[in-house]
Amino acid sequence: MDDMQKLFNSGVLTGEREGAQLPPRELWESKKGGVVVVECPQRIPCNPCATSCPTGAIRPFKDINDTPSVDHSLCTGCTLCVASCPGLACFVIDLTFSEDLALFKLPYEMLPLPRKGDRVACLNRVGEKIAEGTVENITQPRKDRTYVVHVSAPKTVVNDFRAIKVVECHA
Amino acid sequence: MVEKQGPGGGSGTVELIGEHPILDFQRGEKVLFFFDGKEMEGYEGEPIAMALHANGVRVYRETEKEHRPRGFFCAIGKCSSCFMVVDGVPNVRTCITPLKPGMQVETQHGNGSVPDGKD
Amino acid sequence: MKTLSTEILVIGGGAAGLSAAAEAASAGAKVMVIESDLHLGGQLVKQTHKFFGSKDEYAGTRGFKIAEILLNEIESCKDNVEIHENTTVTGFYSEDKTFTAMRGEESFFHIQAQKTIVATGAQERLIPFVNNDLPGVYGAGAVQTLMNVYGVIPGKRVLMVGAGNIGLIVSYQLMQAGVEVAAIVEAAPRIGGYWVHAAKVRRMGVPILLGHSIKRAVGDRTITGAYITGLNEKFEPVGEETFVDCDVICIAVGLSPTTEILSQAGCKMMYVPQLCGLVARRDMSMKTSNPDFFTAGDASGIEEASAAMVEGRIAGLSAASSLGYLTEHGKLDEYWSRLQSLRSGEAGARICQGIECVLVNGWEDGRNG
Repeated sequence: MDDMQKLFNSGVLTGEREGAQLPPRELWESKKGGVVVVECPQRIPCNPCATSCPTGAIRPFKDINDTPSVDHSLCTGCTLCVASCPGLACFVIDLTFSEDLALFKLPYEMLPLPRKGDRVACLNRVGEKIAEGTVENITQPRKDRTYVVHVSAPKTVVNDFRAIKVVECHA
Repeated sequence: MVEKQGPGGGSGTVELIGEHPILDFQRGEKVLFFFDGKEMEGYEGEPIAMALHANGVRVYRETEKEHRPRGFFCAIGKCSSCFMVVDGVPNVRTCITPLKPGMQVETQHGNGSVPDGKD
Repeated sequence: MKTLSTEILVIGGGAAGLSAAAEAASAGAKVMVIESDLHLGGQLVKQTHKFFGSKDEYAGTRGFKIAEILLNEIESCKDNVEIHENTTVTGFYSEDKTFTAMRGEESFFHIQAQKTIVATGAQERLIPFVNNDLPGVYGAGAVQTLMNVYGVIPGKRVLMVGAGNIGLIVSYQLMQAGVEVAAIVEAAPRIGGYWVHAAKVRRMGVPILLGHSIKRAVGDRTITGAYITGLNEKFEPVGEETFVDCDVICIAVGLSPTTEILSQAGCKMMYVPQLCGLVARRDMSMKTSNPDFFTAGDASGIEEASAAMVEGRIAGLSAASSLGYLTEHGKLDEYWSRLQSLRSGEAGARICQGIECVLVNGWEDGRNG
């Protein structure tokens, strides 16, 4: 078993797979509001991402065990799937935020809850800090205490930044 | 997130979750009870084992032969690890027995004996 | 001694039992639910994560909220449901067709029922290692009860043993409660639970050490640490032991179905590894070889709560219909197709193998058919 497979077997995404495919780059770079990046590479009986999607961008499942398949041209970056996915496997990334920064809309179910303007640590898929980001907004799309934290961070971490850690507490 | 407060016993702190991102805890009325004669605080109606754990108490009984300490394990009344003497009655499943004010909870040594003055 | 009687007795008020009770009561049957814990809801009330499945199984809703939905459903047919909490069924005497039960620790009574649904759930498994009996070695379900039901902090730093769904979910829940998870050790070369659950804890910085297990716990009266070790393909320890600083060792190595009552009722039992232990043989209606006994949920084989709820529905429906209550035509088929779709993913293949072993095509004597 190679190291990449071992890493994947422990829950770390390594490269693209069925159910975990990046949006087409050109579309992604031009789409205001961002598009969804789904990381759900295993057949499990679960479909809230598709049933919560208001535009059909996450295509309706034929079988409840299907891995998500996305038509990114239909995605508006609304984050309903981010807030609905039981596996916290949906992320919206907006590459149009600024020249150097992308806006990451990530699910968050921990404490403390950051506030707008807070600096947070950007974590990769194994929890290492890879950059610092700024909280631009916090929403609670389903009013069920799964928050979606909007963080601006360098475009260099687009393929790695998937979780935040709140380091400095606001006064 | 940890509220440290209250009277002694066990670790001397009360180890409760204050704020939780998802849950709101509804606790019963604060009551006093006794663990091996020591006064402690707990919430009425919560299982005795939880009240003890919140007071930092980890050892609930000792085995008959080897005197091995036993504590909390399954929390659903199926495993017998948390048996204690409660108000004189031995082998009480403290993980599913609700706390009442003034309860006398004691470490159980061995298998327990038939309480006096009971049918 | 007092004897209570009912048409349908449901033993266990968790995901399966509550679903069974709701289904049978809404068909018109008189139902009695016996729950050993202080509150109904079983494992559901301890779950802070959103459930998988489809809308039919409340997908996207947190476990403890699903318990509230089921309790509301029962409330809506409360005239047909009698509930006894903090009450344990201690045995079944088949010659007298009588159950013995205990309220609290010292009040005893008898129960007689025309039909019984055994939804007793499961119990935590333990694995052998030095000092595995010390306080601080806790079952994963127990840790959930402590922190998610009663808001008590289980410890400062936890070593999780097992990366199945329970080990992964409880690790995440520990972090939500503000507790540090030192590591998750898993003997197998890959996580056993859903990959997305593992990804959630990995990106919070928790290492998942595959091909590793706990060798021994350290502590005088309570846990103060643990030694872990790598395993080879034959699961034998290899390499050096590593010390992990922790005060709780959380055991999430699987569950065994709780089936004593079924055995006492003479139900034909079968050891089915895919269902994690000894379970009752049953037909499509969840009826066992004893025509008065049905089984559902983890007691009938370890599976996800979503499946347990559907099985409970089937058992409740079947028990009510066996007493002559009218049930909606085609419902059984609908429930089975839901079960089949829940079981058609990666993890479901094993369950299907197990079900195939244990399912009978119908019982010969045809009583109560």
